[in-house]
Amino acid sequence: MLHIPLWRRILIWSLVAIGLLLALPNAFYSRVERSNDARAAIETLGATPERRDEAGLWPSWLPSGLVNLGLDLRGGAHLLAEVQVEDVYEGRMDGLWPELRDALRDARDAVGTIRRVDQGGDAIVVRLSDPSGMPRALEIARGLAQPVTTLSGVGSQDLDVAGDGDELTIRLSEAERAATDDRTIRQSLEIIRRRVDEVGTREPTIQRQGEDRILIQVPGIGSAEELKALIGTTAQLTFNPVISRSGDPDASQSSRQVVYPLLDAPGTYYTLERTPVVSGEQLVDAQPSFDQNGQPAVTFRFNPAGARAFGDYTAENIGSPFAIVLDEEVISAPVIQSHIPGGSGIITGNFTVEESTQLAVLLRAGALPAELTFLEERTIGPELGQDSIEAGQIACIVAFVLVLAFMWASYGLFGVFANIALLINVGLIFGLLSMIGATLTLPGIAGIVLTIGMAVDANVLVFERIREELKTARGPSRAISLGYEKALSAIVDANITTFIIATILFMLGSGPVRGFAVTLGLGILTSVFTAIFVTRLMVVTWFDRRRPKTIEV
Amino acid sequence: MRLRLVRDDTDYDFFKYAKTTFGASCVAMVLSVLAWAVMGLNFGIDFQGGTTIRTQSEQSVDVAAYRAAMEPLGLGDVAISEIFDPSFGEDRNAAMVRIQAQDGTESVTPETIAAVEEALQQVDPSITFPSVESVGPKVSGELIQTAFLAVAASLGAILIYIWLRFEWQFSLGAVVALFHDVILTIGIFALLQIRFDLATIAAILTIIGYSINDTVVIFDRLRENLIKWKQRPLRDVMNLSVNETLSRTVMTSGTTLIALIALLVLGGDVIRSFVFAITWGIVVGTYSSVFVAKNVVLFLGVKRDWSKPDKTEGNQFANIDS
Repeated sequence: MLHIPLWRRILIWSLVAIGLLLALPNAFYSRVERSNDARAAIETLGATPERRDEAGLWPSWLPSGLVNLGLDLRGGAHLLAEVQVEDVYEGRMDGLWPELRDALRDARDAVGTIRRVDQGGDAIVVRLSDPSGMPRALEIARGLAQPVTTLSGVGSQDLDVAGDGDELTIRLSEAERAATDDRTIRQSLEIIRRRVDEVGTREPTIQRQGEDRILIQVPGIGSAEELKALIGTTAQLTFNPVISRSGDPDASQSSRQVVYPLLDAPGTYYTLERTPVVSGEQLVDAQPSFDQNGQPAVTFRFNPAGARAFGDYTAENIGSPFAIVLDEEVISAPVIQSHIPGGSGIITGNFTVEESTQLAVLLRAGALPAELTFLEERTIGPELGQDSIEAGQIACIVAFVLVLAFMWASYGLFGVFANIALLINVGLIFGLLSMIGATLTLPGIAGIVLTIGMAVDANVLVFERIREELKTARGPSRAISLGYEKALSAIVDANITTFIIATILFMLGSGPVRGFAVTLGLGILTSVFTAIFVTRLMVVTWFDRRRPKTIEV
Repeated sequence: MRLRLVRDDTDYDFFKYAKTTFGASCVAMVLSVLAWAVMGLNFGIDFQGGTTIRTQSEQSVDVAAYRAAMEPLGLGDVAISEIFDPSFGEDRNAAMVRIQAQDGTESVTPETIAAVEEALQQVDPSITFPSVESVGPKVSGELIQTAFLAVAASLGAILIYIWLRFEWQFSLGAVVALFHDVILTIGIFALLQIRFDLATIAAILTIIGYSINDTVVIFDRLRENLIKWKQRPLRDVMNLSVNETLSRTVMTSGTTLIALIALLVLGGDVIRSFVFAITWGIVVGTYSSVFVAKNVVLFLGVKRDWSKPDKTEGNQFANIDS
């Protein structure tokens, strides 16, 4: 009855071996990390002798997955940003306006003259001089609507059109807003990722959270401020026609015009047309360079559509100025000297080399579609993380030694089996953490320490049961067998309930709390595995070899 | 020679002082709620919004000077507390500066942080800022909701699981015991004014997990004994079950506490409140599994016939042992 089939023995020991092998790289953390970095560098940048040496620090046939260290252990910055999705609606409306205007003008006979009366915002409001033409105007506006392209928005149109007296109001429909919001977040995620990657930091976390939030964690960066500077700039580049130039920030303007300051000359303002000729989305490349006077500048190139629009505009407007606008500031407003057909150009200003490089990076990564507000930001210095790791390590070792001694004193040889299982258990936790690429946080370390304490529980349950059974059962073999059998239901129930808690923690928690849930949950799985299978296998193997007449637990 | 914390053949009457222990638990719960209501919890920025700046310096911390330096900035409520840890040497002095959430912004502005850092640097040129954390009021409000939801969801999930695996009396007993643990933990946090943040909620959930573990082991034995001793009074069967599992209870709590105390003393100050909550919870949780959960089950009574529905009914050999 104590027999365990060979295949099962092999399976158990192989699982243990695989787990420990996966955990092995963590024992040589900095060495493996350097080797991994060097390999990544060879992959992207090509091999150099130094990189080969570095890569050779860890043999390539061994697993090289490491447990990621969380921000609280490694140091770095954490930001939770909310994307102002409404920003996009206004742009959409502005984009729609020329089309709507032309369509309504074509139907002048029916609707009379028209005037746009809103002040930007998320709706277009048009006043018709002839209210009786409203049905016709509604029809025209509805004709501009497109079907929404999402699964949930089947059959709905992207525009809500309403007429009230002589006012025609057009705004995005609910379904289209939802679809737009989703697109905005995805775009923001992608752009933030590109910008963070440009700086080349290790393992940044950039995740969507909930409806309209983005979580950004970058290990190793100096502060949340730096991170914000990197991603927080919108870098919205547009080329707008210039209407006038003045020293008055409140220069009279219609709703179709905007007034932006000139970057290099305080007190100078340009009145521009709100709708740009071309915008940054149509850029395909931007590089830092120098102008003919040797000043730092940025050269750029448009995609074909952008190039055509830019070429047409410059051909029609030779002699008049146009403005290069970056984030609501006019960088320069040169006069168009000739038709510019190729779709490439140069931005000059009083840049330093750093500024031109930074600007090129931002332009290349693309503009954020909407503004970000930061709801949460945390900076953890690397020294603090290092202190925490050291403290955690010492605590883990002390906890380990004490628990091992306590188990040995209480259960003798069986205690030693349990102790070996405990060591395997911690190895397995690290192996699993490395395998799934989980992140170890400070509460995560606490979770491991707690698991050390709790992992012995399953063994204790079994051993105590064996002790009881020894009093009544016939012979030690039967007692061991009964001990495992009867303790099983308690072990299973007790661990399932704790696992439920770990799952809830994982689902509802974030950051460090989630790290704790992961180690706790994995710890439960491995401790049940080691107690039910590994310790049992050791006990049975020992019993088979020795065949003792009596055992003491 | 083995180390035995509990003799093998204990025969304690755990119900002898049932009124006292249950009364004491009730009083402790009432006191906890009172402490919570009167003194309030020392919420961390996770739940209240605001900014904390950790400072570290070679010179000793002069709270009054820090406060005076920050006075002109007009940041509203500023709390400064010194941090002590046995692992700090002579030349390491740390403090935590906490600033309330500023009107009109979500997380704190870089200008505010720069101003604070500059002001503190004038008091103490060697000062550094190992961590700066800021949470806006919008997020902190949601975090409170999530935390509340997490605790409620855990209790609910356990109520259902135990009900499925055992009987409703057991599940009610277990949940009352868990509720007791949670309230007592909140109580001690209010009493000692320890910082109560997101990690504390994680700790409370861990306590729930640990305490239910303990309770389930006893219930499991009780279920087994109820099948074995069909005629014995419930009270006796319960005492027997607790006595039989007592050695295990003490062993497991013992090893867990050993590990936690090591972490509490040596684990550094950053997670101390978190570890403290768990340590406290293990003690309270062990107590509540033995004295609270069982008492509730005894009050409620329990089904005594645990035999499986009889598949052989009508068969002439049925029901031999009943």
